Amino acid sequence: MSAGGVGTPKSLPSSGPKSLQDMPHPLAGPSSEDIAGGELTPSPDLQLPRSIADKDLSLPNGGTPAGTSSPASSSSLLNRLQLDDDLDGETRDLFVTVEDPKKHVCTMETYITYRVTTKTSRIEFDLPEYSIRRRYQDFDWLRNKLEESQPTHLIPPLPEKFVVKGVVDRFSEEFVETRRKALDKFLKRIADHPVLSFNEHFNVFLTAKDLNAYKKQGMALLSKVGESVKYVTGGYKLRSRPLEFAAMGEYLDTFALKLGTIDRIAQRIIKEEVEYLVELREYGPVYSTWGGLEMELEEPLEGVSACIGNCCTALEDLTDDMTEDFLPVLREYILYSESMKNVLKKRDQVQGEYEAKLEAIALKKEERPKVPAEVEKCQDRVECFNADLKADMERWQNNKRQDFRQLLMGMADKNIQYYEKQRIEARSSDSTNFPVEIITSY
Amino acid sequence: MEQGAPEQQPGPLGESLGGLDPDPVAAGDVESVGIGSGPEVRLAGSGDFMTTEGNFWSKKIEISVSEAEKRTGRNAMNMQETYTAYLIETRSVEPSDGQSVLTDSLWRRYSEFELLRNYLLVFYPHIVVPPLPEKRAEFVWHKLSADNMDPDFVERRRIGLENFLLRVASHSVLSEDKIFYLFLTQENNWKETVNETGFQLKADSRLKALNATFRVKNPDKRFTELKHYGDELQSVISHLLRVRARVADRLYGVYKVHGNYGRVFSEWSAIEKEMGDGLQSAGHHMDVYAASIDDILEEEEHYADQLKEYLFYAEALRAVCRKHELMQYDLEMAAQDLASKKQQCEELATGTVRTFSLKGMTSKLFGQETPEQREARIKVLEEQISEGEEQLKCKNLEGREFVKAAWADIERFKEQKNHDLKEALISYAVMQISMCKKGIQVWTNAKECFSKM
Repeated sequence: MSAGGVGTPKSLPSSGPKSLQDMPHPLAGPSSEDIAGGELTPSPDLQLPRSIADKDLSLPNGGTPAGTSSPASSSSLLNRLQLDDDLDGETRDLFVTVEDPKKHVCTMETYITYRVTTKTSRIEFDLPEYSIRRRYQDFDWLRNKLEESQPTHLIPPLPEKFVVKGVVDRFSEEFVETRRKALDKFLKRIADHPVLSFNEHFNVFLTAKDLNAYKKQGMALLSKVGESVKYVTGGYKLRSRPLEFAAMGEYLDTFALKLGTIDRIAQRIIKEEVEYLVELREYGPVYSTWGGLEMELEEPLEGVSACIGNCCTALEDLTDDMTEDFLPVLREYILYSESMKNVLKKRDQVQGEYEAKLEAIALKKEERPKVPAEVEKCQDRVECFNADLKADMERWQNNKRQDFRQLLMGMADKNIQYYEKQRIEARSSDSTNFPVEIITSY
Repeated sequence: MEQGAPEQQPGPLGESLGGLDPDPVAAGDVESVGIGSGPEVRLAGSGDFMTTEGNFWSKKIEISVSEAEKRTGRNAMNMQETYTAYLIETRSVEPSDGQSVLTDSLWRRYSEFELLRNYLLVFYPHIVVPPLPEKRAEFVWHKLSADNMDPDFVERRRIGLENFLLRVASHSVLSEDKIFYLFLTQENNWKETVNETGFQLKADSRLKALNATFRVKNPDKRFTELKHYGDELQSVISHLLRVRARVADRLYGVYKVHGNYGRVFSEWSAIEKEMGDGLQSAGHHMDVYAASIDDILEEEEHYADQLKEYLFYAEALRAVCRKHELMQYDLEMAAQDLASKKQQCEELATGTVRTFSLKGMTSKLFGQETPEQREARIKVLEEQISEGEEQLKCKNLEGREFVKAAWADIERFKEQKNHDLKEALISYAVMQISMCKKGIQVWTNAKECFSKM
């Protein structure tokens, strides 16, 4: 581990710009050294890389050590602030896309990989562009790593891991495309996040040619270094939950419920539409059969038959769209809510631990000189967590609003198109079969 | 009997119908047709019931079945029953100013309509007699009731009965029938009057008709083709109506489930701040969407009723064809009978036996008959042959008249059918387009609400 060496600057976790005001300045407090805790004392050296952020530094490819997260903040935090301001001002400097799914057939297994393309001007990246291939496993690994290393933040959800075999064809075009969109969304959300986008694992994910090597190395390092932060999952009872988190918890409960209901309704509608389609497919041809019997009526009968046939096509498009575009996003948000609730629980536990320790001090008065440091460490943890989470929650709410706005407008659009397609076809076919004066008035 | 030119009544759709060309010879002979040739055919509104010259309607009339009422009464078995009665109002229209004056008003129930139609079928077998609306609700989908007392069913039946009367009234031949006239004007004892015509006795037996279908050798090809068309038409419209009912059912389901969005959006909006209003108002549009299907399907039901009328018309068409087959078969049988009698006569006269005969065999067994006996037999046969020839001539004439008259009405019917169905199909297409427009409207409104989220 190159503590003072010329390595890629670790992307240290930082709180969102707003919540910093609530925190005591990291360099101001007397116990800042202690707060840092552990081996990862931020050193002024870290300033260096920024000023020599040139490409002539030879960097080991994918050899960056696993980053750990302590709630400590470093002096580079201030610099981070400025960068964040830029991001908020809508100048993005990191673009990620997931595209081009390909099937790989190996002796042991068959799987799909996706091309992940990155374009960036950030100094944390050696090159302005990257293009590598990843499979679902890799995304899953990334998400786990993010959860581990950024426990105070909300990590976006992945599309469902397990697919019931036989029910869904995991290699069908529709399934792969749906998954690709979800993976793309996943990476974009991370890329847009002021803290998560600077996470080391994310960087490696986007850039490393051999991710597996890194994964193994990371594991080894972890076992050496050990988790620097382990949140005690003890059953600490919470004295009082801050209002905003209590409200968020309740909100998420109801939100997930409502989404679940909408999911069921949407599925039901699709089911009814499919059954309607089945009947229509029998209905249209009967008019044609009748037309075969008639002379003068043949044309209008064929006209109606064609109309119905056209309705079938349009309906098929609608049900496909809803299945592929609408339902997955709903489910994604339900997963998102679940993971958010978990983060809220973790926060509660951190707070609980702090409160318990605080109580313990009150009882053991003679241990006062030593304990405060530990207690203050806990307090910091709580306050960092609260700050990070609050910022993320606000981001999430905003994104959620935009996402649903887009999703529901999309749903309305698809239905409009469904009717438009029919109307246009009906008008054109009817005008050949029916008196023009009647039809063109519509 | 002088036949005044039948007044052309406008049909239900305002078209004028081609009338029949009554053959004066047949008109006079109708009553005197002998045995086995079926009931007297009223080729033109002649016959023993004419009281006035020409038709019964001195002025143009308007008929409406304006009301339906639930009634209870006692049936033939003296058991209590509930039935619906329909009010029939007849108005005559002043040619000068178009004002209509109520001339008759009476109540009839469905069974009386049936009686009228059965009567018409017997006395006008060459006419494609307009059908009645269905006796029991068929082709129903889940929302429609199969109950005859259901108000929607009664309402649709009321319209169907009115349509029936209008069709009869606008038919150049049928409109002149006295029983029809009395149906509209004589409330009491009309049933007895109909039964007095003895039409039930004159009706061809089913078995006879079926027999004829299989055994007739030279039916008019046009009728054979027409019957085939009638079969096919019945089959295809039945199929169509069955599938349409299922389609309606499914479409109903699709629309109604959307109503659930209304509720859940409303509940969801309660926990949202900025998104709340947009969701709530979008939910309202989802409710509107779900409710819109009721009117849409009600309109479609009328379209289905129009198709149903022609489904039943197909049966009337087939009835005319069957009548032709029966007459033709009768003719063939009579001709065959005549031919065999002639042959018998010849054999007796010449003494040669070419064909097997019981008489021949018995005479071989029991001895030849005397010349006197043979003479007597020849004489009887000659009389029978003479009668048979007369009958055959009549039957031939009847047959030709029937074909001519029937084909004329069939041509009229074809035009009517093409006109009516074309209109029905057009209105159906228009309904579909209108449904699309409504759909676009609702979803556009919803989209706008979503955009404000």
